Amino acid sequence: MTVFWVFVYLIIVAYLGYLGYRHTKGASDYLVGGRKIHPFVMALSYGATFISTSAIVGFGGAAGVFGMGLLYLTFLNIFVGIFLAFVIFGKRTRRMGYELDAHTFPELLGRRFQSSFIQKFAGIIIFLFMPLYAAVVIIGAAKYIEQQFAIEYVTALLFFTLIVAVYVIMGGLKAVMYTDAFQGSLMAIGMTVLIILTYYDVGGIIKGHSELTKLIPPPPLAAKGHMGWTSMPALGSDIWWTLVSTIIMGVGIGVLAQPQLVVRFMTVKSNRELNRAVAIGGIFILLMTGVAFTSGALSNVWFTKNEKGIHFCEISGAIVEVCPGKKIVKIDEKNIEKFKAQFKDIKPGDEIDLHKDQPHKITAKGSLSIVAAGGVVENIIPQFVKQAMPQWFSVLFMLTLLAAAMSTLSSQFHAMGTAIGRDFYMQIVEDKKSAEERGVLINKIGIGVTIIISLILGYFLPLIYAKGEAIIARGTSIFFGLCAGTFLPAYISALYLKRITKAGVIAGMLSGFTIAFFWLVFVLEKEAMAIGLCQVLFGKPTLLSSPWTMVDPMFISFPTSLVVTLVVSLFTKKLSEEHLAHCFKGLEK
Amino acid sequence: MLGLGDVWVFMAYLLCIASAILCAVYGFVKWNDDEEPYTDEAKRWVEEEVEIEKSI
Repeated sequence: MTVFWVFVYLIIVAYLGYLGYRHTKGASDYLVGGRKIHPFVMALSYGATFISTSAIVGFGGAAGVFGMGLLYLTFLNIFVGIFLAFVIFGKRTRRMGYELDAHTFPELLGRRFQSSFIQKFAGIIIFLFMPLYAAVVIIGAAKYIEQQFAIEYVTALLFFTLIVAVYVIMGGLKAVMYTDAFQGSLMAIGMTVLIILTYYDVGGIIKGHSELTKLIPPPPLAAKGHMGWTSMPALGSDIWWTLVSTIIMGVGIGVLAQPQLVVRFMTVKSNRELNRAVAIGGIFILLMTGVAFTSGALSNVWFTKNEKGIHFCEISGAIVEVCPGKKIVKIDEKNIEKFKAQFKDIKPGDEIDLHKDQPHKITAKGSLSIVAAGGVVENIIPQFVKQAMPQWFSVLFMLTLLAAAMSTLSSQFHAMGTAIGRDFYMQIVEDKKSAEERGVLINKIGIGVTIIISLILGYFLPLIYAKGEAIIARGTSIFFGLCAGTFLPAYISALYLKRITKAGVIAGMLSGFTIAFFWLVFVLEKEAMAIGLCQVLFGKPTLLSSPWTMVDPMFISFPTSLVVTLVVSLFTKKLSEEHLAHCFKGLEK
Repeated sequence: MLGLGDVWVFMAYLLCIASAILCAVYGFVKWNDDEEPYTDEAKRWVEEEVEIEKSI
C-alpha cells in the first residue's frame, strides 16, 4: 500500500514539474506569471525548501532526547527565518538582485562588492560543504524508510538516492514553484495530523505536558545537565551548550545566509508577494518544526506509558536493538526441537523472532524514546509514527517526509550545480562565450558529483558518530554555522552598509571561514575526534577543554568575521559612489 | 503553565505561537501594500533566469 502511494506521489510530482516547465519555456513567465502566483504558492514553496527531513526526523529526534527547549529553535525559525528574512533581508535582496542581475547568492555578493574572488570563493564553499547538508536530509529520509519497511539502512539509503537521482534527471531542479507548493501542502497536512494524533495519544495538551514533566532523566543524561523534557538544561552544562549554541543559535541564525533560500526572494514579482508570504510562512513553519519538536519530546510519554511496549531483540540477556517483529515463528510440536537447545523452557504456543537470523524471544517493555529507538536519535520519530500511529498515517507521513526531502534537495542540488558552474567555472575562464556550452556540462557533472558525495556521506556519517548522537542535527548545524560565519556579515553589509569595502568583505569571509573550519577540526569535541587531525598533529583529541569543546563554531566565527569586516573596511578604499548608487537604486527614500 | 515544568520552556511555547501570529498579522495587514510595476531590470533578470534553468 505504501509503495503504491509513493508511486502516485512521484507521478504527481513529475506531472506538476512537466506542466510548470512547459509553461516556463520561452514565455519568460517564470516571474511574469508570478502576477498570478498566489502567495500561498510562494510561501509553501519557500517553506518546503526551508524545512526538510533534517528538521522533522533529525531535530524532532533531538527533541526526543533534549526536550521541548528545542522550541526556541522554532521561535527563531519563525521570527528570524521568516519574519526578519522576508521583511529585513528579502525585500532588499530582491531589488538589489535585479539591479545587479545576480542569479545566485555568490553572484549577488560578488557583484555588490565588485569582486570575482568573492563569487568564486563563495561558490566553492557551497560546492564543497553543502553536500554535508544534503547528506543529512538524505539520511533523514533513509532512516524513516529503514524503520518503516524494516530493511537495512544501506538499502534504504540507496533506494532513496535512486529516487532523488531520477527526480533530478526528470527535471526536478527546475524552479517550479507549483511542485514545491504541492510538496508544502502535503507536509502541512501530514504535520497537522501528527500533532493532533500525538496530543490525542498522550491524553491532551496539558495532561501530555504534565506527564512529560514527571519523567526523570536517566543518570547519564542528568550528569550532563539534563533537567527534564519540559525544562531547559542546567545553565552552562554540556547539554545546555549543545542545545543553545549548536542546535538553537547555529541553525536559528544561520538560516539567514542559506544560499538556496536567499535566491527565492528574487523569484517573486514585487514586495507585496513577500508581505503576503510572511503570513503563510509563519504559520507553516509553526506547523513544521513546532509540531516535530513537540511530538518528538512527547513521544517519551507514549513510549513509557504504552501497554504493548516495544519489542526488543534480547539475545543472551542483552538488548540488541528494537525488533521489527516481522519474522515471528510460532512454536508447535513440529518445530519445538529446533529451538530447544537455545530456549530450554520453551513450550508450544510461544513465539520466537528470527530477525537478524538470530532466534530470540520477544521482550516488551516501556522505555524512553531514545531507548525505544535503539539508541539512534534519528529513529525516534520513525519508531513513534510506526508504533503509536495508525497504519494509514504511516503512509501519509512517508509522503510528508518524501515531500520534505525532495523539495529541499532540489534547491540544494540547484545551488551546488550553479555554484560550481556559474560561480566558479564561468569566473575562471576568459572566453565566456565559448565556455557557456561547457558551463552547462560542468553544471550537470557538478550536480552528479554532489549527489555521489552526499550518498557517501550519508553512508559514513552514521558510522562516524557514536550511537546516541544527533547526527542530522549536528550535520545541519555545522553547515548553517559555517554559512553564518562565512557569509552573514558580508550579506548584511551588502544590503545595508555602504561604507563596507571589497577588502573588508574578503577579509571577513576568509577569517569567518577559517575560524569555523579550525574550530570544527581542532576544538569541537565530537567533530575533532571524528576527523582525527588534531590527534595526529598535537597528540590530543581537541586543543581546548569543556565548555569550549561544546560551543558551536558560529559563536566565534560570526562575531570575528563581523569585526574583521568592519575594521578592514575602515582602512581600505570605499566602493565608488556611482556603483553604490546603482546597487542601492530604489532602496532609499 | 500548560503542564510545562519550566518557565523558559513555557516562554518558548508561547513565543512560537506569538511569532506565528505576528507573521500572520503583518502579512494580512500589508496584504495589498508594496505592489510594484514590472521593471526592465526584472524583465532582464527573468529572461536570464530562464536560460539558467535550461542549463541545469
